[in-house]
Amino acid sequence: MAMVANEIEGLIKEALPDARVTIEDLAGDGDHYAAAVVSETFRGKSRVQQHQMVYAALRGRMGGELHALALQTSIPE
Amino acid sequence: MSDPVAERIQSEITTNPVMLYMKGNAMFPQCGFSARVVQILTHLSVPFKTANVLEDPALREGIKQFSQWPTVPQLYVKGEFIGGCDIVMEMFQSGELTTLLSDKGIPHQIAA
Repeated sequence: MAMVANEIEGLIKEALPDARVTIEDLAGDGDHYAAAVVSETFRGKSRVQQHQMVYAALRGRMGGELHALALQTSIPE
Repeated sequence: MSDPVAERIQSEITTNPVMLYMKGNAMFPQCGFSARVVQILTHLSVPFKTANVLEDPALREGIKQFSQWPTVPQLYVKGEFIGGCDIVMEMFQSGELTTLLSDKGIPHQIAA
């Protein structure tokens, strides 16, 4: 089952309201996405923790119906 | 409370300084993300051991619970979870990966 890009963005913003989210549909198949997430809440966290926060926002969809989400997290400049 | 899968993982990441849980094996990766991590480790001439989650449904589920991380591949160095493909890639590009390997005393070199 595929997920649409704005569904992914919506879930991330719900959990991290300050986040700037950019999503790219890599293959045009609704199954392989790249997401860049910028949020102040990442400050002081390791990369693993930052990614875990985004995965938590996706509530179990990652690794399931969302097979491939290349993720890049960062803190606002 | 004993969980045989968690015990197996704990033992593997303790015994093997660089341990990669992946789809397929180093010779025949069965997923692009797994292949990329193998490529990076090979490029750095890092000795590593792999476990194929596709051959073992309990491991495939167990590794996600173990690290609270929803996807495979997963790279462990000296028992510590480093990350999946995106993080390993980012760390490789920024040079942090070689720093980490040096800090942990893992032999490596850039392939000529």
